[in-house]
Amino acid sequence: MNIHEYQAKELLARFGVTVPQGRVAYTAEQASFAASELGGWNWAVKAQIHSGARGKAGGVKLCKTYNEVQEAAAELLGNRLVTVQTGSEGKLCERVYIEVAEPFIKELYLGFVLDRKAERIRVIASAEGGMEIEELAESAPEKILQVLVEPAVGLQQFQARELAFGLGLNIKQVQRAVGIIMGAYRAFRDKDAEMLEINPMVVTQDDRVVALDAKMSFDENALFRLPDISEMKDLAQEDPREAEASQHNLNYVGLDGNIGCIVNGAGLAMATMDTIKYAGGNPANFLDVGGGASPERVANAFKLVLSDSNVAVILVNIFAGINRCDWIAKGVVDAAKDLRVPLVVRLAGTNVKEGQKIIDESGLPIIKADTLLEACSKAVEQVK
Amino acid sequence: MSILIDEKTPIIVQGFTGDKATFHADEMIKYGSNVVGGVTPGKGGNTHLGKPVFNTVKEAVFSTGAQASLAFVPPSYSGDALMEAADGGLRLVCIITDGIPSQDMMRVKRFLRRYPKEKRTMVVGPNCAGIISAGKAMLGIMPGHIYKKGSIGIVSRSGTLGYEAAEQVSNVGLGVSTSVGIGGDPINGSSFLDHMQLFNDDPETEAVIMIGEIGGPQEAEAAAWVKDNMSKPVVGYVAGLTAPKGRRMGHAGAIISKAGDSAAEKSEIMKSFGITVASSANDFGAAIKQALN
Repeated sequence: MNIHEYQAKELLARFGVTVPQGRVAYTAEQASFAASELGGWNWAVKAQIHSGARGKAGGVKLCKTYNEVQEAAAELLGNRLVTVQTGSEGKLCERVYIEVAEPFIKELYLGFVLDRKAERIRVIASAEGGMEIEELAESAPEKILQVLVEPAVGLQQFQARELAFGLGLNIKQVQRAVGIIMGAYRAFRDKDAEMLEINPMVVTQDDRVVALDAKMSFDENALFRLPDISEMKDLAQEDPREAEASQHNLNYVGLDGNIGCIVNGAGLAMATMDTIKYAGGNPANFLDVGGGASPERVANAFKLVLSDSNVAVILVNIFAGINRCDWIAKGVVDAAKDLRVPLVVRLAGTNVKEGQKIIDESGLPIIKADTLLEACSKAVEQVK
Repeated sequence: MSILIDEKTPIIVQGFTGDKATFHADEMIKYGSNVVGGVTPGKGGNTHLGKPVFNTVKEAVFSTGAQASLAFVPPSYSGDALMEAADGGLRLVCIITDGIPSQDMMRVKRFLRRYPKEKRTMVVGPNCAGIISAGKAMLGIMPGHIYKKGSIGIVSRSGTLGYEAAEQVSNVGLGVSTSVGIGGDPINGSSFLDHMQLFNDDPETEAVIMIGEIGGPQEAEAAAWVKDNMSKPVVGYVAGLTAPKGRRMGHAGAIISKAGDSAAEKSEIMKSFGITVASSANDFGAAIKQALN
């Protein structure tokens, strides 16, 4: 789960991370008033969307007067911002963040990730701030500093100090950077983050170290203990179909093909998409109806898949384990009445014969298949 | 032989008296698993499914001699349950639960390393279908009847793809020694490598099907080990060739976030280590039959 920059900064500030003074605004008027409240002569007006690389996409505007702030906010608010990370549709900007802008002399990178291989939190730092870390990892990997956190004791000050000295900071700056690194680590650990990026972390003329940008995402599985994080969920930043799917406990990812897929199990759902491709077609979506798919869930899955106007055929592939095929078949038959597209169904596993019987006796023009490849080939034939 | 479990392995169920645990424990007993009891804090002293219920894992192990457990515990208590199982001296814990926070699993894995290697608990899962030694014992939630007894080992991240493989294996006239689901989470207990080693040492297993997914380094690690150590043929497959980068495909761990995570890259790595890669998920049966010849 992602949150906005201003939310990440508010959260980090609570853990002792130094961030610039700022205010969020939902209207241009609020934006100029926020600037006047903050005081000073230079402000950054930053589009709040769930994406990085906003600066390059024109989502960050530097302003010198309240008027400029108002105009910048008016330009950003209500419009979609397209960055290299958002895809061509971009993301709607509904909030801007007004921040006091001050000069800095150095841009650094600080990041935290859950490292799957090491099964630990990895802290990454670089003196080349402002760049994408992936690019840097390819072009100049020697410029990336890393430490792994021992889960039993957590990040230690000496590790933060090693990173800070490694960044080429002087002792005053090191002390402040250590405060940021330790604070950001505690926020990452206590709030079950998956990723935290402070890029850039800047050093000012007077040796202060400040988190100028902040990007954070959280482990959805941990939301049961993080009401303060789940409160920040912004559905407007998510794909509407995927948001709808998660309301029904379905896992859906939209793709650009025309064969709609309804499958149980994430692995089988991926393999079904792959087999469609193998058979010469293109899947319209990933959809896992889960282990205990009730008829109601199947009905919701059909609705969801059909809400994509590109879908020209639906392929249902169920390998029933905990589930029973007859139970699924009932759901499919109910959902398949008055269907606008052809339907291919493959059932396997528990109670497969009873399931087939329900499909046969429904009188609906359902195309049956026995194997995964047969099902995918038949679906592909329908759209050829 | 088989790996991990057989009909003699004494098994307890953690979260025994819950609805789902009850259903699956009953299925396991019907299949032939040696379920000797279960644990539900506060219900110790009762009898459930004809077996004794204990308040703690330690009591259960002391009274029954249990060696393995199936954990059916909600995500918020799962980390705790796994550490209790490890401290109770169980050799094997299989955890079905989906939705455990990654940092909890990180702590669990760190906790397991408190014990010397020969006494360390193996955690299988989370977010998996479990383990089945065909015709002998089931420690999981799979449909037992699709597994014919035989000589093929299966290790899979995904539950349903494991079923798919088992059915194809029996369609080509072969059977399964043991099938293990290692689960779809980013940080899980046992890895492909752990089970490849066990299958290699199991005289009953003649060949292995290894079914991976996008995301994480475990398929590549296992493939490298296979090249240097495995004496039996291996058929590999990686689901998610059509998965877009940066999108989570159902399983918490199924996401392409860096180089080496994609299905195409992992398939190439498997091939480079001499593993036969099935051309599609429809090809497990044919590929394993060919690999045996």
